[in-house]
Amino acid sequence: MTLIPVEHVLIFSLLLFAIGLYGTLTRRNIIGILISIELMLNAANINLVVFAKTTSLSPETGQVFAVFVIAIAAVTVAVGLAIVLALYRSRKTIFADEVHLLKW
Amino acid sequence: MEILTLAAKIGAYALMTGVLLFALGVVALRNLFHSALCLAAALIGIAGLYLFFRADFLAAVQILLYVGAVMTVIIFAIMLTEHLSGKTTIQHNRQSLPAFLGIAALVTVIAKVILQTPWPVTQKALGAHTSVEGIGTALMTVYVFPFEVISVVLIAALIGAVIIAKRENPS
Amino acid sequence: MVTADRIFLIPLLPFAAFVVNILFGARFLKHRAAWLSILTSIAACVIALPVCFEVFGGARFANDFAWLRINDGVLRFGYLVDPLSASLLFMVVIVGTLIQIYASGYMQGDPRYSRFFAYVSLFMSAMLTLVISNNFILFFMAWEIMGLCSYLLIGFYFQKESAAKACFKAFLTTRLGDVGFLIGVLMLFLALGTFDFSEINRALALGDHGALPLSFLATSAIFIFCGTIGKSAQFPLHVWLPDAMEGPTPVSALIHAATMVAAGVFLVARSFTIFMAVPETMPVVTTIGCITAFMAAFIALTQTDIKRILAYSTISQLGYMVTALGMQGLGAGTFHLITHAFFKALLFLGAGSVIHGTHVQDIRQMGGLFKKMPHTAVTFIIASLALAGVPPLSGFWSKDEILLTAFASGHTLVFWILLLTAFMTAFYMFRLVFITFFGKARDPHVHAHESPAVMTLPLWGLVLGAVLLGIPGSPLMHHWFQQFLAHAIHHPEYHPSAFVMTCSVIAAVGGITLAGIIYMKNTHWAESIAKRFRPLYRLSFNKFYLDEIYSKFIIRPFTALGEVLYRFDAKVIDGSVNGVGAGAMWLGAVKNWIDKYIVDGLVNFMGTLTCFLNSIVKRLQTGFVQNYLLIAFLGFLAFIIWELKLV
Repeated sequence: MTLIPVEHVLIFSLLLFAIGLYGTLTRRNIIGILISIELMLNAANINLVVFAKTTSLSPETGQVFAVFVIAIAAVTVAVGLAIVLALYRSRKTIFADEVHLLKW
Repeated sequence: MEILTLAAKIGAYALMTGVLLFALGVVALRNLFHSALCLAAALIGIAGLYLFFRADFLAAVQILLYVGAVMTVIIFAIMLTEHLSGKTTIQHNRQSLPAFLGIAALVTVIAKVILQTPWPVTQKALGAHTSVEGIGTALMTVYVFPFEVISVVLIAALIGAVIIAKRENPS
Repeated sequence: MVTADRIFLIPLLPFAAFVVNILFGARFLKHRAAWLSILTSIAACVIALPVCFEVFGGARFANDFAWLRINDGVLRFGYLVDPLSASLLFMVVIVGTLIQIYASGYMQGDPRYSRFFAYVSLFMSAMLTLVISNNFILFFMAWEIMGLCSYLLIGFYFQKESAAKACFKAFLTTRLGDVGFLIGVLMLFLALGTFDFSEINRALALGDHGALPLSFLATSAIFIFCGTIGKSAQFPLHVWLPDAMEGPTPVSALIHAATMVAAGVFLVARSFTIFMAVPETMPVVTTIGCITAFMAAFIALTQTDIKRILAYSTISQLGYMVTALGMQGLGAGTFHLITHAFFKALLFLGAGSVIHGTHVQDIRQMGGLFKKMPHTAVTFIIASLALAGVPPLSGFWSKDEILLTAFASGHTLVFWILLLTAFMTAFYMFRLVFITFFGKARDPHVHAHESPAVMTLPLWGLVLGAVLLGIPGSPLMHHWFQQFLAHAIHHPEYHPSAFVMTCSVIAAVGGITLAGIIYMKNTHWAESIAKRFRPLYRLSFNKFYLDEIYSKFIIRPFTALGEVLYRFDAKVIDGSVNGVGAGAMWLGAVKNWIDKYIVDGLVNFMGTLTCFLNSIVKRLQTGFVQNYLLIAFLGFLAFIIWELKLV
């Protein structure tokens, strides 16, 4: 890690997170939203790994939590896509702005 | 050494740039299938970064789980709903501008904080090499409880996904 | 101490028939309802007749049980079969049974056949209770049940307005007498402290009038006599009986000729000792009876409805009996009561047979029925002869007894009036007979036919009674009947008089002959006589205008009073009530205004305000997930900027 300053990696992950967040907020397709969420999770994962590498914590900690995050990401995708399929089957759409039952 | 270090440095920055470009592709491309392919590329790039950070196990997990499993499921879902992502369909909603402004503000603020903060670097940690054995030991000793909780969550998600995706009429 | 014995069964059997018929008759028994009534009636006969004969032989039956205890007083219910009640019992069971057999034919096909027999059984039960009751309370209860049955049966064809009105009239008119009766009985109780006939007789025989003065007892006797006036249709309350002919004819025969109307006479006979104890009440009884007998006979002369003629005849004959009792002729009066029951029931059943055969009631539409209805005609003529007082039929003997009583006790005026009445009786009865059964058929629409055997056989049964029952009270048997009654209650007796008998026969034969001359030979005489004596004719034809007088002087004033009270109610009482109501409504209007514009206004304002605020705030609820996420993100951003003190 002596090669690259920590700040640069953090800026990188920040940008990655921002791109993911932008996708999450603007994509209409629910699958697109899920994909964008994956980007945000990966940004977080990079941070975890970097901090584990540079701080005095035991080096496994960050990686273990990254593994947990990946597992949760898998869960998100699995459940999210199941919801997408159910929604598509019942309402013939997977566009988030067309599913607004909880409306005034 | 110098050249190798420089090459590694350049490689790392190139990798990060590539990942960011693919990420932009994920968000911006109209065709969802292309987005998914970009995501896959971005994820592989991130796996490369993990290698650069000497997190070999995590890189392997990233490739196996994300690129192997999650991407497969996503592409599968995209295939099932393909005809909705036609060329004429608008793929972005109307809050792009406020979202962009808000995110720009966020990036400005956080970047400022990052650049102002002095990040301590422990030399000993830098040199440490994390083995798969170490991670396995950590998972089975210190982090055994979160590990089991994750197992339960996975099982619950598995069952939940099956039940949600199941057809309504059992006949 | 209750010892159940057969005599209790006499009224209870018909009552059981009533219960079964009223509950199950319409659904299950239908036309068999009659048989139940008739069988129980025959059973009552089978029990009652041996009892009667034992009493005729000198026995006396009494039994009672404590029914009600009031402090130390015990009200005892039971029966008393003495010579008086035995005679009545004998008559009631036989006549009642025969009439019910007749009715089973007469009422054939009526939609409420079982209901009719239920009522008749109830009536039989009440009448038998009345006859054998041993005290005034039980007597009164039976009396009232009979009144109810009378009401129900007169109004049996209640779909006819005239029948509905008639049953109303009968009920209300007799009620007037019943109230008097009840007052009299209660006064008697005050004076003597008992309701029991035997105890009353015993006390009065000893000259014990109780603590109260004799005039009190006399008043109570007059009040009791009011019951007779109402029930036995005496002047001035006789007006209900002719209207009561709206009921089915067997009812007219049973209730309004033979039994119930005779109950009034029986009442006087029952309380005979009371009247004897206060002899000053007797002239009242005699006068009422005499007026009734004459007036009713006079009215009967011109009536044209076959049943109304018989009804007025009944009133007249009841007047006869009451007159006899008023002259202390207990034997004569009761004797006439028994014989009259048979031949008058026979006459009514004959009239019913005629109506059944011709479907008309006006005698001017009849004529020449003798050949078409021989059984009816023969029995009817025999009964008419009995009523007219032709020897040796029963009516002659009993009527002769009454005339003898009047003559021998020195009531000369009464004697001549009764004799004139007897003459008129013979005349109007044979006017009826000649017009109905002889001559030519007057109305070609009437197709007469003889009634079935179930109706004619009871007629012949009654003929036996009408012919033979005079014998026990005649000189041929040495006035056995009168002496039999005198054993129980002492009253004066007289030797038969040839003069009286001759007068009686002359009156009867004269009446019949005159009727024959006018209605068989010279039919135009009737009209010329009517023209010559126009005022008298109209007086008779319009029944002395009594209905009109009652209507004008009693019913109208009452309705007028009611009208005045109604006005008072409507104007003053309703007015004040309405005033209070209006005030309350005004107050209510004020409160309503307050409620509407202040209370409701506040509430509505709150609601409107909430709605208004909501219309602004609800815009946030887009139902659009990414929108929420954006807002959450912006909030988070604002939080970070705030925390880092960048602003």
